[in-house]
Amino acid sequence: MQTSEYAIEAHGLVKKFGNFVANDHLTFDVKKGEIFGFLGANGAGKTTAMKILCGLLLPTSGKIKVAGFDVYTQTNLIKKHIGYMSQKFSLYEDLSIEENFRFYGGIYGLSRKQIAERTSTMLKKLDIEPLRKSLISSLPLGIRQKLAFSVAIIHSPGIVFLDEPTGGVDPITRRQFWEMIYEASEQGITVFVTTHYMDEAEYCNRVSIMVDGRIEALGTPGELKKKFDATDMNQVFLKLARKAG
Amino acid sequence: MKRFVIKEFLHIFRDIRSMVILFGMPIAQVLLFGFAITNEVKDVRISVIDQSNDQHSLALTQKLYASGYFIDGEDIPSVTLIEEGFRKGVTKMVVVIGPGFASKLATGEKPPVQLIADASDPNTASLITTYASGIISDYSRGLMPGKGLPVISAEPRMLYNPSLKSVYMFVPGIITILLMLVSAMMTSISIAREKELGTMEVLLVSPLKPVEIVAGKVMPYVVLSFINAVTILVLSYFVFDMPVNGSVLLLLAESVLFILLALSLGILISTISNSQQTAMMLSMFALMLPTILLSGFIFPIENMPDVLQWISLIMPPRWFIVIVKSIMLKGTGIAFFWKETLILVAMTVVFLAASVKKFNIRLA
Repeated sequence: MQTSEYAIEAHGLVKKFGNFVANDHLTFDVKKGEIFGFLGANGAGKTTAMKILCGLLLPTSGKIKVAGFDVYTQTNLIKKHIGYMSQKFSLYEDLSIEENFRFYGGIYGLSRKQIAERTSTMLKKLDIEPLRKSLISSLPLGIRQKLAFSVAIIHSPGIVFLDEPTGGVDPITRRQFWEMIYEASEQGITVFVTTHYMDEAEYCNRVSIMVDGRIEALGTPGELKKKFDATDMNQVFLKLARKAG
Repeated sequence: MKRFVIKEFLHIFRDIRSMVILFGMPIAQVLLFGFAITNEVKDVRISVIDQSNDQHSLALTQKLYASGYFIDGEDIPSVTLIEEGFRKGVTKMVVVIGPGFASKLATGEKPPVQLIADASDPNTASLITTYASGIISDYSRGLMPGKGLPVISAEPRMLYNPSLKSVYMFVPGIITILLMLVSAMMTSISIAREKELGTMEVLLVSPLKPVEIVAGKVMPYVVLSFINAVTILVLSYFVFDMPVNGSVLLLLAESVLFILLALSLGILISTISNSQQTAMMLSMFALMLPTILLSGFIFPIENMPDVLQWISLIMPPRWFIVIVKSIMLKGTGIAFFWKETLILVAMTVVFLAASVKKFNIRLA
């Protein structure tokens, strides 16, 4: 499994809730180190698929491997090898930066020394070393978001899942945030990101677009634009949505 | 796991509100119940209408005021003005000594002493009349030693609480309420907070097992609740001289059992509420009010309608209060309340199983 060039392999992923089919035979691969955009309108089934990949939900059927581990039987191993950042940033506001790093490092089993080292490097990179002891609640949204991303990759996971990480953030900070994503990807971390913003889709190596539980389009942004005869990703998305409606 | 517990303690110490609830509450409650909301009779204003004005009637009046229970209320010159006195609230009880008190005593006629109490506050009324008749019968006994039955033979005797100290009755109730509050409410709120902030998702995606998450959240509250129970006991011992007649060790062990029970209730509540506010409301209405109203803490269970009596059977605090009272006041051992203990154990097991199951379902 170490030799596989794929970080995520999904073949015929199906998830049903009673009669409702949330994910209808999803098939896609994500290469190691790739930035993979997972797009779709609200209710298209993005979150369900993401939960399955993170080992929080069991799929109804399909063959799925994440970081080389099986989602039916090896969820614990999967959890050790992935990072996760949600829309809500998920840092404890009443704890300081340092304490947040220590806590999250601790639950991933990092040693005291490793945590201290990584905290220093990351704070240096973000150029916010003097804020080390400040509470999260006192920091601006942009910094919180970058910190949340740093925390999500503190244990150097093979894959990091970002669930609409740029919600409610201004365009400049979004731009800076994507620079961090590129940097992580250069270090070999696979990035699996869901987003509403179609301009962000252009930053991804490859994207998939979900409509009503199915993947309707999959490819590089360039390929998709050519295929749907569109000038930007926004148009691609609208054309797909109209077809479904 | 260790990190988790440290983090949880940090949350508690950073939040002034929870600190106040955790540590201010027990102290305030004990002192409030102990000092302010007492059922004790002390310095109650009464008036005496003495229609005899002889040596015995004066001596009896003296004795009433000397008891420490009563103080001199406004003077009421005539029987017809009694009601007005009550309405104005200047007196709580009027003692009417009929004419010819001393001469009737001398001839062996039983001279009547009327105790007219303002029964708009029935508890106080019944208490002070009992006290006053006690003093009167004591006086009549002193007059005729060895002459058989006294004129009035009221002799109230209070088992386990001879001085009628109400704090003795309140402490077991307060311990129960506070353990319930701190354990159930605080844990349910702190778990709901993780959900609200979205950090719960991250914890669930992490390699931590659900059991570890729950244990990590709950552990600090076990410690703090235990400290609270000890604080209340120490406080009631030093401030109110309330003894623990039975085994302290047994009392603490039973407290830990009750804390676990309350915590599992807290987890159960948190699994069905998604915000701190819902968790708070749920614990208030589902736990606090029944604890106060149906546990026998304030209102005697025996006097409730049958339906409420049945409901009180499933109230954990009801059983715990019995245990605490038995140990603290009666000084009895486990042999006398193994049934109650067993009920608590059974409830803990059921609630824990239910909450773990619910927690897992939410994951799947």
